[in-house]
Amino acid sequence: MIEVSNLTVRFAGVTPIDDVSVVFPGGTCGLIGPNGAGKTTFFNVLSGFVRPATGNITAFGENLLKMADYRRARWGLRRTFQTEMAVEQLSIFDNVAMIHEHSGAKRATRRDDVLRAIEFVGLRANPSSKVGRLGARERRLVEVARAVVGKPRMVLLDEPAAGLPEEETGHLAEVIQRIPEHIGALVILVDHDMALVSACCETTAVLDFGKLIASGPTAEVLRNEHVIRAYLGTEEL
Amino acid sequence: MSPIDAYLQRGVAVRAAVAVALLVVAIFVLPAMSGSDWITTYTSVAIYSVVALGFGILYGRVGLISLGQVALLTIGCWIGTRLAYATSLPFPFLLLLAGAITCAIGVLVGLPALRLSGLYLALITLMFAGATTVVLSVTDFPSGNHGFTGHATTGALTTSTPPVRRPSMAVGDTAYYRYTVIVCAILFLIALIHVATKPGRAWATIRESEPAAIAAGVNITLYKLWAFALASFVTGVAGCLLAAQVGVPRAITFQTQDSLTLAATALIGGIFSIWGAIIAGVFNQLLPFLFQAQWGLNPNFLLIIFGAGLLQVLLTAPGGLVDQFPKDMANLGRLLFSGFRKLPRERRPQK
Repeated sequence: MIEVSNLTVRFAGVTPIDDVSVVFPGGTCGLIGPNGAGKTTFFNVLSGFVRPATGNITAFGENLLKMADYRRARWGLRRTFQTEMAVEQLSIFDNVAMIHEHSGAKRATRRDDVLRAIEFVGLRANPSSKVGRLGARERRLVEVARAVVGKPRMVLLDEPAAGLPEEETGHLAEVIQRIPEHIGALVILVDHDMALVSACCETTAVLDFGKLIASGPTAEVLRNEHVIRAYLGTEEL
Repeated sequence: MSPIDAYLQRGVAVRAAVAVALLVVAIFVLPAMSGSDWITTYTSVAIYSVVALGFGILYGRVGLISLGQVALLTIGCWIGTRLAYATSLPFPFLLLLAGAITCAIGVLVGLPALRLSGLYLALITLMFAGATTVVLSVTDFPSGNHGFTGHATTGALTTSTPPVRRPSMAVGDTAYYRYTVIVCAILFLIALIHVATKPGRAWATIRESEPAAIAAGVNITLYKLWAFALASFVTGVAGCLLAAQVGVPRAITFQTQDSLTLAATALIGGIFSIWGAIIAGVFNQLLPFLFQAQWGLNPNFLLIIFGAGLLQVLLTAPGGLVDQFPKDMANLGRLLFSGFRKLPRERRPQK
């Protein structure tokens, strides 16, 4: 469980996150909102790239904000970025192994763990092929494999379906859904694809202009009047 | 055997076979068919390949541009020279010490890289190269005589300045060339092992994106400094090899702009591949020798050629010659092959 209380982030006059308190209970949780709502900033706070002005984040009973950024991977934090970060010059295997070896996982199980993660996301390409030669869908799957290798406790997926055609997000949704049960990690999914969010997430939180406007079971949240207004605007305008 | 193991073993076997074949040619074939001036040039090629290797590790692997690599070579050379005058240590120890001290200095130079990258880091390392040149000419490098800081009383660099000693097993030029090739091969092997294992993967991730590397748990401070340490160590060892090759190194032979030429030739050779460094060494040392000693041309023309070559590489072949040449050859082969195949068909009488 991840508890966020009174989180505020300020960048010189702008407040991308404004006094947000929210609980991610477990399983796969959605985090949605229009562009500029503060979703990626929130991920950056969790990753340690952005220091909040005030607030606390307790992840599985530990104070996350006290940890140095690069130590959070060892603790069990994994994330993907909006832009692709799989390293093109490295093979699929090396891409995933790289996360494994810096996250404090045991060396003896590296080969098996890495191959299991590649298999888990359903990548059929040869693990020794270079990531630069893969298609967009496969490169996304490499990123998800990087996020689930080792023993992650929290997986942050930042628009994993961005740039993928609709027919290819189905498999991705299935993989994301299986993460909590098979990998044992809490997943927070940021995406604009509402079909993907409804398919994967039991609960969803909605940000708009840095404020939390709704959170709860996904179906309820998506019917919420404020959420619809935030996404579609109001008629008076 | 799983496909990945099979791939790894096949890849390693092929590369090892190529490397061993190259070494055999370099150690046995080349000296047998070349005169003594050629052999000293080959020694320089081997030494400068290692300097290009250091540049390639920093820029090709981690994305840190350092224009001070020849300055580090100079420092390694200076340390090697002074240690040779001051101590009676066996030559391999001189190599290791020169490597270790240059490594420490290189890490200091690398400290700004933790904050800076791109143009700013390039500028700072170039300033460092300039500063090295200034310090060495002011202190009258190597100023002859015995002891670590020894100054000759009759003015520096007389004919009586004793040359830096070579290893007792490799006093002659040919023997010293072979010795140099073997030491350089070991340095290349050390770099290869780094690139293929944990540090290499961490460097590739840092080069891709620093935030992604941090999110992946990579201690980027440690791995950036590690890259500087490795590049400086191999360059320092190469500097010590150079000291014993030339015997009496002179400050005038080390110019600030050599670092720029080295960066250009390293890019032309190919910075993403370890093999590109060897091509860079050939360009940097063999071509000037050919121009000056063999063809009677002014070697300064090479700067123009390197400039044009660099432009071409940056625009059309970012992987450098080592990446582009095989592709060009394959294309040429395909062209020729399809030409041969088409020819009879076209000549066939139409019915």
